[in-house]
Amino acid sequence: MAKITVTVNGSTHTSTVEDRTLLVNFLREQLNLTGTHVGCDTSQCGACVVLVDGKSVKSCTTLAARCDGASVTTIEGLSTDGSMHPLQEGFWECHGLQCGFCTPGMIMAATDLLAQNPNPTDDEIRHGLEGNLCRCTGYHNIVRSVQYAAAKMRGEAVSSQNA
Amino acid sequence: MIPAAFEYVKASSVAQAIALLNQHGDEAKVIAGGHSLLPAMKLRLSQPAVLIDIAHVAELKGIKTAGSTLTIGAGETYHAIATSATVISACPVLASCTGQIGDIQVRNAGTIGGALAHADPAADLTAVFLALGGTVTVQSAGGTRSIAADDLFVSMLMTALDSGELITAVNVPVMSKGQGAAYAKLKHPASRYAIVGVAAAVTISNGVVSACRVAVTGAGPQAVRQPSVEKALIGTSGDAAAIKAACASAGADMEYLGDIHASEDYRRAMVKVYAARALTDAVAAARA
Repeated sequence: MAKITVTVNGSTHTSTVEDRTLLVNFLREQLNLTGTHVGCDTSQCGACVVLVDGKSVKSCTTLAARCDGASVTTIEGLSTDGSMHPLQEGFWECHGLQCGFCTPGMIMAATDLLAQNPNPTDDEIRHGLEGNLCRCTGYHNIVRSVQYAAAKMRGEAVSSQNA
Repeated sequence: MIPAAFEYVKASSVAQAIALLNQHGDEAKVIAGGHSLLPAMKLRLSQPAVLIDIAHVAELKGIKTAGSTLTIGAGETYHAIATSATVISACPVLASCTGQIGDIQVRNAGTIGGALAHADPAADLTAVFLALGGTVTVQSAGGTRSIAADDLFVSMLMTALDSGELITAVNVPVMSKGQGAAYAKLKHPASRYAIVGVAAAVTISNGVVSACRVAVTGAGPQAVRQPSVEKALIGTSGDAAAIKAACASAGADMEYLGDIHASEDYRRAMVKVYAARALTDAVAAARA
């Protein structure tokens, strides 16, 4: 067993986990943060993407024990004081989801993308989200959603029509 | 899916990792990025009793050039390499290759040392490392040694590393005037592993190709060089006709593996196509 102290969405948790526990299972089953999804479970689909120390990772292929001392952000950590993060708002406004299963991973990957590139082209968004699979939207509205968020985070006026 | 139970140890130094390897022998596996090992462990294809985590070992980090050699710590991630100004200027093919491995999450985790030690048949870096003619620095309890790219890959998933040895650094030549290298791959659309990948490195002196190394990955059980293509291109101008002629023998003398993604015949055909693309780009880079 491994004793780990992990800061998740700003709260510090000290837990004992089996050495083989995957980060996604720690988040979902021990912390009840079920916004992070398990999709393919083979590190291809991206439904499980979270940020570890600011970098996007696939939590189905990350050991919880390795994250001792790390800071983790999940989809539940994005909104502040009950108001949606610009990415959450963008997916809402631009119809960036249908079934919603891939959405938490999409948004967390897009968070990392916009942190590195605040003014991406559509191509750069598509390339940056290549580790996230969506079977509903055809990606078009996901790209618009990320553009909406990018514009809003740059302080520009936004609407679902012009994203 | 959850791996079989194991004991996890976070190593804080190379010496500690090597001591643990010697203590546990075949029961232990080293984990760096873990994006090859953990999926294999979930499928119970690999069931190590002890996992030695080297991801946080500071000695395995660092990217620097000294003279004509670019040295990259084995623990540097693909993303760090792809975005390193030092790599982009000293050996651009390494940056472009690491920048197209998997996706950003894979690149945030996977390491250059891990890729070469694992020697996946469809890895990208194995071919680029062979084409560049690099070396790995390997450490064990007995000291350090160097293994040349041509000697590293023994068979599918097998390298010349002995038990108790750890790759600590990867060394490749700094590209100088007249030298160019490129990597071209047909990628699997979901995993982005190479269905066929070809790396080429050429030197052009006085308008003539004076040195050439070509290596193929993805198509067979291990990355292999293409001596007949290399020989055919040396002494030519490296123009389109010379590349086409040289690539006639590409992939002729190697083992193939077919799977649900691509048959052996398709891979054999694509080796010629991607060898020509890689050589065309490498020659253009050498002339730039």
